[in-house]
Amino acid sequence: MSDPNGKKPVDDVTGTETTGHEWDGIEELNNPLPRWWLWCFYLTIIWGVGYTIAYPAWPMINGATEGLLGFSTRGEVTRDINAFREASAARDAQLVDADLTTLASTNPDLHRYAVSSGAAVFRNNCSQCHGSGAAGGKGYPNLLDDDWLWGGSHEAIAFTVRHGIRNETDDDARYSQMPAYGEFMEETEIAGLVEYVRSLSGMEYDAAMAEAVSETFADNCAACHGDAGMGDREQGAPNLTDAIWLYGGDRETLTETITYSRFGVMPPWGPPRLSEAQVQAVATYVHQLGGGETEAPAN
Amino acid sequence: MSDTPNNPSTKGILGKHGIIERSATLLMVLSLLVVTIGGVVEIAPLFYLENTIEDVEGMRPYTPLELTGRDVYVREGCYVCHSQMIRPMRDEVDRYGHYSLAAESMYDHPHQWGSKRTGPDVARVGGRYSDGWHVDHLMDPQSVVPESIMPKYAFLASTRIDGAHVEDLVRTHRLVGVPYSDEMVENARLDFRAQADPDSDFDGLLERYGDTALVRNFDGQPELTEMDALIAYLQMLGTLVDFTTFTPDASR
Repeated sequence: MSDPNGKKPVDDVTGTETTGHEWDGIEELNNPLPRWWLWCFYLTIIWGVGYTIAYPAWPMINGATEGLLGFSTRGEVTRDINAFREASAARDAQLVDADLTTLASTNPDLHRYAVSSGAAVFRNNCSQCHGSGAAGGKGYPNLLDDDWLWGGSHEAIAFTVRHGIRNETDDDARYSQMPAYGEFMEETEIAGLVEYVRSLSGMEYDAAMAEAVSETFADNCAACHGDAGMGDREQGAPNLTDAIWLYGGDRETLTETITYSRFGVMPPWGPPRLSEAQVQAVATYVHQLGGGETEAPAN
Repeated sequence: MSDTPNNPSTKGILGKHGIIERSATLLMVLSLLVVTIGGVVEIAPLFYLENTIEDVEGMRPYTPLELTGRDVYVREGCYVCHSQMIRPMRDEVDRYGHYSLAAESMYDHPHQWGSKRTGPDVARVGGRYSDGWHVDHLMDPQSVVPESIMPKYAFLASTRIDGAHVEDLVRTHRLVGVPYSDEMVENARLDFRAQADPDSDFDGLLERYGDTALVRNFDGQPELTEMDALIAYLQMLGTLVDFTTFTPDASR
């Protein structure tokens, strides 16, 4: 308690004024706050006021003050993105107009740019289906080999990327549909076709069963897969004579494929999802993975 | 030392804070006053502002099937590993697409922004993959993404749903502010079935919810399952707003 004279009691030992509180004979010294601390405190107040003037802060009737610096998160990200876009704008523009088939020899620098930026695009957008190493999986084509369903030239790859396959969103999407033969074929016929298909690619097969359905193959399958089973890229019909299988070449899987058919869908990746330059880049990347074709060979 | 100029008792009004500090009631009353001012400044505008969310074209209430899929999403705790919030930063926009807008989660009760990304953000996963991929991926994530640590959700494909309570679900969401019309509520079960069946009469569904409602057999099976619902929900995510025509309000 302060004394009646308004004078605070003073601690005899240190000569410092006390707060007047006393606990069991122990009194609290009333030292002022350190000056450096006090000044830092005042500075933060000044800084706080300045900050709310410089940046959006004060709520008003319809929104908030915009701040003298005009900062906005959206403006910031737009500026950020544009800075990078501008930095690569010249090369992107070149890439959009470039003839990809000759790019590696005519402009190796741009080709390198396309491959590395295409790799980034691939890892972000394509790897979920085709695998991070582009080796694909059951139902998702391997892009490392030279077996192409819809064509392996630069142009064909870029088209597939741009419009996708059998999707409903892009009117130019590549499209074909294999009938589900289970709906109108006997099981024995399908079993025979399985053997026939296996014979085409040099796998072990039952010759008698295969022979019995050679006409069925010619009537039903050859229209798309070709008389010799070489496939048709116009319709995305797989080549049945190689050892590469999209869904599997074992008897069970082949029976399933013929009975229920398959309908692999790829979404369209053209603008606005990817920019035209990114499509070109990822096509270049996929092309150089191993199986790229310089020109579409005649089927 | 006793006459130090910083002695609080010697300095005008600033020296008087001792009065407040020594009276618990006064301290409480004044603290409440300060908090009230802060509260009024932050809360009061919400009472007279029509809407704090910017107007964005394309947003619509979720279809009954999507809403059911959303319930599966919440039930399975997808939000624990997947966020639905693309932040306005270059790397995020590059990877996931346009940053999320407040309007895009305005019909979410509760929102699924999440706070942890063990898996990727899914705010714009719609249309990014085929339905078949979603089936493969939900059945066995490692079959398509070997490096994934996501658990398998194959049971969704064998859990049939009949939409017995979907009307109640829609009604509940209307109760908390989602603008479902009477027609939407009445036809909830009809729309629920129609969306997963391309052979059905789904004109009513499209009329009520617009062209962004996708009608497909999402899981490829004849039965209507939770897999259908979840994929319908996922394929819709982030697709409602057309960003080719949207101009963001820069000051937000």
